[in-house]
Amino acid sequence: MRKMVFKRILSCRVNVSVVYSPASHREFSHYSLSLSLQLSYTVSRAADMDLQCLIGMKFNDFVLMATDMSQLQRIMVQKSDDDKMYQLSSHLVMAVAGEAGDTTQFAEYIAKNIQLYKMRNGYELSPSAAVHFTRHTLATHLRSREPYTVNLLMGGYDPKTDAAELFYMDFLGASVPVNFYGFGYGGMFTLSITDREYRPDMTEDEAYELMKKCISEVKRRFIVNLPKFRVRLISKDGLKDLPVIVAEGEAA
Amino acid sequence: MALESLHGVERYQHKWNEVQEEAALPEIGNFTNQYQLMMPPLPKAECQVGEYLVDETGRKMKLNYAHGTTTLGFKFKGGAVLAVDSRATSGQYIGSGNVRKIIEISPYLLGTMAGGAADCTYWNRVLAKQCRIYELRNRERISVAAASKLLANMVYQYKGYGLSMGVMVAGWDKKGAGLYYVDSDGNRMPGNVFSVGSGSLYAYGVLDSGYRWDMTDEEAYELGRRAIYHATHRDAYSGGIVRVYHIKEGGWVRISEQDSKDLHYAYAEGKTTTQ
Repeated sequence: MRKMVFKRILSCRVNVSVVYSPASHREFSHYSLSLSLQLSYTVSRAADMDLQCLIGMKFNDFVLMATDMSQLQRIMVQKSDDDKMYQLSSHLVMAVAGEAGDTTQFAEYIAKNIQLYKMRNGYELSPSAAVHFTRHTLATHLRSREPYTVNLLMGGYDPKTDAAELFYMDFLGASVPVNFYGFGYGGMFTLSITDREYRPDMTEDEAYELMKKCISEVKRRFIVNLPKFRVRLISKDGLKDLPVIVAEGEAA
Repeated sequence: MALESLHGVERYQHKWNEVQEEAALPEIGNFTNQYQLMMPPLPKAECQVGEYLVDETGRKMKLNYAHGTTTLGFKFKGGAVLAVDSRATSGQYIGSGNVRKIIEISPYLLGTMAGGAADCTYWNRVLAKQCRIYELRNRERISVAAASKLLANMVYQYKGYGLSMGVMVAGWDKKGAGLYYVDSDGNRMPGNVFSVGSGSLYAYGVLDSGYRWDMTDEEAYELGRRAIYHATHRDAYSGGIVRVYHIKEGGWVRISEQDSKDLHYAYAEGKTTTQ
């Protein structure tokens, strides 16, 4: 019995550390024992959430977010104008990928609670406060009978401190402020591009071009069909929709 | 049954109580409250109800729901069209050849059935009740968006408990024709073209290649009919009668109900319509 449990932990550990980012890996070694059961269940459900792609980049005075527009069901593209981004407040956007149903239910729950906070108190939560609230909600549900299996990127602009902010958050409740990140297998292709080319002082046009480059690489190398990405920019002026990126390019 | 509790009719209640006393059944409250379904007596619901059952010899029994289906729906210039087949299967066995997979929720709302027949019928009926109550409370018809969200939220509560359904909710409201896809995973999305069920891949093939927004009504019916027919031809789990409904400003209209065999011979002769 003991051997079996150990084996299970090991297999989970391999799965999770390969699939999820270094940040969640660090968390994981902490919790590996208590989570072993939970993960064997969560990891099996997580397969299709890695097919979705979320990309976020933070620059000096704005954040650029892109999410793929394909809604996948098993082997089918069910919808090609999907929107995986949710506006939480005037200067805050959350991009969500994960288990079907959980994504919308979780995002709407967070969005409504943040709006409720504003109504009750007369001022908005700052991006970092909203991120803490989100992480807390996610972490509370993680040890319940029904955890939310969602990975997310939260990008916002804090008008009080005049700072752009981007947060990585995975379904295990790890939350890390980052300069850029890409979720899912698609995101893996983009990470090296952003590592290579990212500068915090890029202009909006340069950032958009960088995003285009990332999405082209996803189109070029990723087996799953994610041709279109919705792009949004968050700055001191709030939220702005940029033209949808339709990727070009094929593998050499 | 759906409106029984609302009207306070207790016709079945005492009968139910008698049955319960006789059989000493556990309390299942769903006769009075549609949300009180009894949970499977298992710790966590990822439980695969089907694998848990055993037959009299102790062998594991696979619980087969009615699963195979082809349903489709699309929006176009003239409103929305729903088309479905009528076959219900349990594994290899054809349970019925004339199921009504389009459920009439209200004169302005339709739902389609794919997945577990019982789940779809039951939750569509609960939805019908909720929509009627909304109408009585608010003195206006419920929007398609709201109706589909009611359904999505109801089934999301039971996520992981073994529900199996893929439903299209279509109707007419202030914004015109509405078409939403809702399933037991918790998905809910609006769209112009959907097809659900085991034959959906075949139906999509015909539907996507023939779809245009500015079709005439007749063209739209024929497209839906043809897509379902071709799905019944290739998919062993779809067949029977091809039913076509049209949703327009005055509510829904039943357009045609034709045997897929008749369609087969008609199409083989090169006719386009067999009204």
